[in-house]
Amino acid sequence: MGRKILFITTDQQRYDTVGANGGTLSRTPVLDRLAAEGIRYERCQPTSVVCMPSRASMLTGQFPSTHGAWMNGVALAIDAPSVAENLKDAGYATALIGKAHFEPFMDVFGRFAENSLASLGVPTVEQPWFDGRRGVHRGFDYLEFATHGVMGPLHYAKWIGAQHPEVVKNFYEVVDHDYNVNAAGGGDTGAPQVKFNDVPREWYHTDWVADRTIAWLDAQSDDRDWFCWMSFPDPHHPWDPPISEIGRVPWREVPLPANYPTTASQREAILDDKARHWRAWYDGRLVSNYEAPAKWIPAKMTADQVREVNALNAVEVELIDEAIGRVLRTIDHRGWHDDVDVIFTTDHGEFQGDFGLLFKGPYHVDSLLRLPLIWRPAPSTATVPSVVSAPVSLVSLAATFLQVAGQPTPAWVEGAALPVDDADAMNRSFDATATEWDSVLFGVDVHVRTVVTKKHLYTEYRPGTMHTGTEGELYDLDDDPLQRINRFDDPAYASVKAELAERLAAHERRPGERAAPGVLTAPV
Amino acid sequence: MWDIVRRPESIPDWFPGIVSCTVNGRTRVIRTATGLEFSEEILTIDPLLHRFVYRVTSHPIQFHLGVIDVIAIAPRDCLCIYSTTAEPDVFALLIGGGTAAAVDEIKRQAEVKEGNGNG
Repeated sequence: MGRKILFITTDQQRYDTVGANGGTLSRTPVLDRLAAEGIRYERCQPTSVVCMPSRASMLTGQFPSTHGAWMNGVALAIDAPSVAENLKDAGYATALIGKAHFEPFMDVFGRFAENSLASLGVPTVEQPWFDGRRGVHRGFDYLEFATHGVMGPLHYAKWIGAQHPEVVKNFYEVVDHDYNVNAAGGGDTGAPQVKFNDVPREWYHTDWVADRTIAWLDAQSDDRDWFCWMSFPDPHHPWDPPISEIGRVPWREVPLPANYPTTASQREAILDDKARHWRAWYDGRLVSNYEAPAKWIPAKMTADQVREVNALNAVEVELIDEAIGRVLRTIDHRGWHDDVDVIFTTDHGEFQGDFGLLFKGPYHVDSLLRLPLIWRPAPSTATVPSVVSAPVSLVSLAATFLQVAGQPTPAWVEGAALPVDDADAMNRSFDATATEWDSVLFGVDVHVRTVVTKKHLYTEYRPGTMHTGTEGELYDLDDDPLQRINRFDDPAYASVKAELAERLAAHERRPGERAAPGVLTAPV
Repeated sequence: MWDIVRRPESIPDWFPGIVSCTVNGRTRVIRTATGLEFSEEILTIDPLLHRFVYRVTSHPIQFHLGVIDVIAIAPRDCLCIYSTTAEPDVFALLIGGGTAAAVDEIKRQAEVKEGNGNG
């Protein structure tokens, strides 16, 4: 019997929402304890700041420019490598419960397995690519899916629609009548994607994901090794947690974020110092990411709306923490505690008021780039707790899972296994990480490459709708941790800029076979 | 290739994700793998031009026109042009993705039928 793996992801969660990372708004005792017992990473970065490319990187251990799912709405190729497949081949039972999103959500025909599984039969539907070896799908034996709402074809939506149809109308409607992401406001402040949701907590998707995970764990034999990806859809918008819970964090008492400039002129000055698509979005002249409501103008967001969004986000984070606690108690009850590795992270961040913005897009700053990552190795390994300050990436997860399972790292994996401390990071040259963005949607195309070291964050914009290919941003993380001062054109940073540009060029030149870029078939 | 697409009731055979349909006169109702149903109006089936034209009439699609043209270009080769216009924009993208997959499937079936690698 080897080490079992509980891989926990959330969606769109900032680094500073976890107590162990200095967060004070939400209480996260379960995550804090995992961090204290294991390894806490201070600078973990996604390969992309939107869901599909980032999640595909977790599964494949590859950057988006390698695995080919280059933006939301582009499906990961069905024959793309999958760490779940390797673990299954090694004898692991494999499950993914919650949000997958390797394939587009918007799929009216149900061409993609993620969307057709719940309708065609769970969990053993045979699809054209099913070869009897790869599990039901992408190496997973068992799949039950959920996403941010209660509409659509996934298992959670079907469950709540069948079992509790009376509460479906209480959830926020994620898209509007034109099938754009809804800009409608709610709550006390009229903040977008906010609603008071009169749903019992136990029917909300956070607890559903934990319930279904517990049910799957209960079905495993004592001595079977398993890899379980428990994937919570929250705290991604909409912010509509159960109304019974919102009193946990009264929004009127929530301080404004450190990176929320309180006057319009301050916000505009900071944004004007960045590449011009920042200000264009803020003013409502450009939307370059479908998930930012097209009819919502950031400049009109009020300070109270920022407070309310952050309060509801914090509530959702607390519910996740408690749900994780329930799953860990099940693991303890089964006698598996000493042999289970727990890895917690998210796919990307969220502005939550930083720079006067909300949601996400092609804006590579810590709001979206700096992620919570905690690895509590199996206690039987007697790993010494540590804090890793070196930059690491989600691209390292696949290799880490395989290392935990005692399996070799396949040639297709681009990211090395996570370091266990800073000395390990230094010995294995964890000194920079890269993030990519490419999008072409409804006449707007944006292409961004970023590299982050311990000291700097450097971005280049490639030619597109808003950029000529000469623009960029350079932030000094030591003296400008909020990334408000763009040093891209500062002569004093010329040598730093040259070094970071070479690092990005090296990322582009990295060896290995690239998959053909996938075809865009949906906005998300 | 025209044999594959000319019959309205054949669409589940070549449009990925459409699992069944019923045809009643000029009305076709398709059912997708996610359980959604869409009503369609068949506008043209032209055996001389090899043209099939239809439109989706269900909410929330505000406008849709699908045109399949099969054009003979050589004794054993033909060209299939499957064009889609739709509003809102999001649905144009979604239906366009499905249409592209359908063209691939039509091509595959035509090649199997002909027993060679030509379209």
